[in-house]
This record gives sequence, C-alpha cells and structure tokens, in this order.
Amino acid sequence: MAPFLVEAAIKSLILVLLLLTGFAYLTLAERKLIADFQARIGPNRAGPYGLLQPLADAVKLFFKEDFIPEYADRVLFVLAPLITLIPTLLIFAVIPFGPELTLFGYRTRLQLTDVHVGVLYIVAVTSISVYGITLAGWASNNKYALLGGIRASAQMISYELAMGLAIVSVVLTTGTLQVSGIVEAQRNGWLIFLQPVAAVIFFITGLAEIKRAPFDLVEAEQELTAGYLTEYSSMKFALFFMSEYVKMIGFGALMTTFFLGGYLGPFVDLYPGLGVVYFTLKVGFLIFVLIWLRATLPRIRYDQLMSLGWKVLLPLSLANVMGTAVVVALTA
Amino acid sequence: MGELIAFYLLAGIAVATALAMVITRNAVHSALFLVLNLVVVAVFYLLLGAPFVAMVQIAVYAGAVMVLFLFVIMMLGAERVGGTTGLRWQVPLAGALGAALIGGTLFAFLRAPAGLAPVGSPPVPFGDPAAIGERLLTTYVLPFEITSVLLLIAMIGAVVLARDSGPEGK
Repeated sequence: MAPFLVEAAIKSLILVLLLLTGFAYLTLAERKLIADFQARIGPNRAGPYGLLQPLADAVKLFFKEDFIPEYADRVLFVLAPLITLIPTLLIFAVIPFGPELTLFGYRTRLQLTDVHVGVLYIVAVTSISVYGITLAGWASNNKYALLGGIRASAQMISYELAMGLAIVSVVLTTGTLQVSGIVEAQRNGWLIFLQPVAAVIFFITGLAEIKRAPFDLVEAEQELTAGYLTEYSSMKFALFFMSEYVKMIGFGALMTTFFLGGYLGPFVDLYPGLGVVYFTLKVGFLIFVLIWLRATLPRIRYDQLMSLGWKVLLPLSLANVMGTAVVVALTA
Repeated sequence: MGELIAFYLLAGIAVATALAMVITRNAVHSALFLVLNLVVVAVFYLLLGAPFVAMVQIAVYAGAVMVLFLFVIMMLGAERVGGTTGLRWQVPLAGALGAALIGGTLFAFLRAPAGLAPVGSPPVPFGDPAAIGERLLTTYVLPFEITSVLLLIAMIGAVVLARDSGPEGK
C-alpha cells in the first residue's frame, strides 16, 4: 500500500507543477498568438520576448485588493473558485501521458492511476465541473453574474449529453472503459479516422464545455460585463483564470487520448520516453487550434447555441452511436 | 481496520450533510449539501469495490440531476424558503414517520445484527460494467424496459406541459 501511495504522491506533485507552469505560459502563448493573428506585437516588455510576463501578472494579481461584495454569500463566494478548479485538475488523474516504462529501475506507467472505469470517471468529473461557475454567479448576488452563471449551467447541461454520446461511440469502438486501453486500441489507426463524426462532435461540445470562443457567451464582456467573473478580483479571479486555461490543456489531452492516438507515434515502443513528446505535441497543436478559433470566429448567439446543441449535435451523436453499435455487433 | 475508520468517518459526513440539507433554510445550500451527500454515497460504493456504480452515481445524481435542481432554483429565484408556508400538519407527521422508520430499523437490526457480521467477499467481477449490462438485458430485462418506458413517459409529459397551448403563445 505504502509504495503505491508514495508513487501516486510523486506523480500528482509533478502533474500539478507541470499544469501550473503550463497554465502560466499558456496565458502568454495565447496573448502572443492572438497578437500575431491581429498583426500586433503582443507582450514584449517583461524579459526577453515577454517571457517573464506570467510572473509579472502573478505579482500584480497578488497585490490587487481582494474584494467581497456586501450582499454576497460569503462562504460560497470564496469556495466557488476552488470548486471550479478542483474538477479540472482531477481529470488529469486518468490521462496516460506515455506508455509503461522503466524509470530509475522502477517499472511504472506515465499515468496517475489506470482505473478500469476511467472513461466513466472522466464523464463523472466533467458533470461535476458545472457547479463552480454556476455557484460563483449565484453567490456574487449580482444580476450580471447570475445571468452568466445560469447561462453556464444551461450551456454545459445541453452539450454534456452530446459529448457523453461521442465518448460512448469511442467506448463501443474500442470495447473498453479503461483510458489506457483506448489508447492501445489505436495502434492500428487513430480513432479520428474510424469515428470522424464522434471526433467532430467531441471537439465542438468540448469547446462549449470549456466555454472557449465561439461558445464563450458565459462571460460575454459586452452584454454581461464578464458574467460570473464580474465581482471577482485578485487571487480568486486568478483561480478562475487558472481553471480556464487548465481546462484548455485538459480538453487537448482528452481529445488526444480519445481520437489522436494519445502517446502513440513512430518508435514509441523502442523509446517509451518519446510517448510524452508525441502527447505534448498533439496537445500543443490542439491548443493552438483553440487559440486560432478564438482569433477567427465571432461569438454565437444564445438561441444558436441551444439549437446547435439540441437539434444538430444531439441527434447526430445519437445516430452515430446507433450506427457504431450496429457495425460493432455485425463485425464481432 | 482502516476501512472501518473510513466507513465511520464517511457515515458521519453522510448523516451530517443529510441533516444539514433538511435544516438549512436556503434552497441553494440545501441542494449543495445533497450533492455532498450523494458524493459520499458514491465513495461508499468505491469502498465496497464497485467503482462502476460509484461513477454512475456521481455522473447521474451529483452531476446531472442536482445541476438541474440548482438551475431551477436559481432560475426561479426560489432560494429563500419562507417561514412556515403551508407546512403545518406535515411537520409533526414527518417527525413521527421518521421516528417510526428509525425505530423499525433499530428493531430489525438489534434482533438480527446482520450488519455486524462479516459479509464475506463479493463475487469477483462485482459491479463490473459488462456483468451489470448483461444482467440488465437478460435477467432484469422486464423491470429495465418498464423503467425506460416510465422515463420516456415522464419526458414526453414534460415536453407537453412546457409547450405553449395556443399558436398565439409565442
């Protein structure tokens, strides 16, 4: 029992440190890339190429006034950023970053834990992650924040179903609920080729779940003055910001694992360490696409969001699941 | 031993959150205590070696159902429960029925303390998704189908009730 716990503790520590660094530099990467897309220069004052900008941002946020509105629900107002951040970190527990390898004479998997219902774990954790933002909106006791919170929960409920069904078709194709099993099943071809419809649905619904553009109407600045974020400042704001970017990484990691062959790539069996490189490259590419989309697409309207979710994506993913089931039953 | 400590700790949290859910006057807080309670129950399933049931419990109850509850409470702005609105005779009745339930459970438990005896380990693929799926579609196919029809009726009913009655409605 004890070696298992020590291993898990070390892995979690590395994972959290990596994610926090990733978050800090993702903010910089996003600002730089958006600047490039808009033919601007972007942050370039703090350090060479603006590399110290995340540090400067952090220091600035630390010294901001930590304000709690008079009529806010104080307990929930303070808890909401944490309730938002924790599920986004929890997702990474079942994502395999690389194959099994020997590290310092110790055989281990580059995955925190490989539970045999890993896919369900992912579904469960994503379904929990609605609470934080909804509660932030409610606890602020501010009409804009409340509207943002209600929009967030409506959006996430609507898109969760289609996303779940896209994952179901992945499970049907690979025949396993274990996340590492799904990756290993893609040795003969990535699932994006076997399940293109599910991949597209997962990508769109994933965008909506992490509330990235063009689905960012939860925090629409022009109409809702940033929605649930309105009353937040200082480190609480930073926590929301952090969970937003960690969610981007998490979305990239899930998409990579389910549809892009995870850590698989040429020579990965000879040099297992390469798996991490492939995984990072794939996730990095997806994150670039996310930023690209934000720089390109305008925000969609609320009624468009709802009709896309319920009238297009949900029936499509249902049909995809049925089709997959028939094919699997006939070929088995 | 460790499992026993974990059980008592979790049982304490489960009872405390259930009580808090009933006592709290704020509907949003009540809903959140219920979420905590449902999550603790999921951890119980994990302790019993049924991770599949635990994950479904979280995804369906703590996730989907309670999010909808919270959504409706927030939409209607119904978070403040009024003082003693309409609940006059229900309060003593609920108390009496609750006491009867506890009494009955205690009586049954003290007469044959089955809960204190070791149960023995469950069959090996216990709560396995494949096993549950197979049982649902073979042994328990009738209740399974009846439940699904019931859910379908409820869904259609909700759609019919929510529709605008006349063409001038919208």
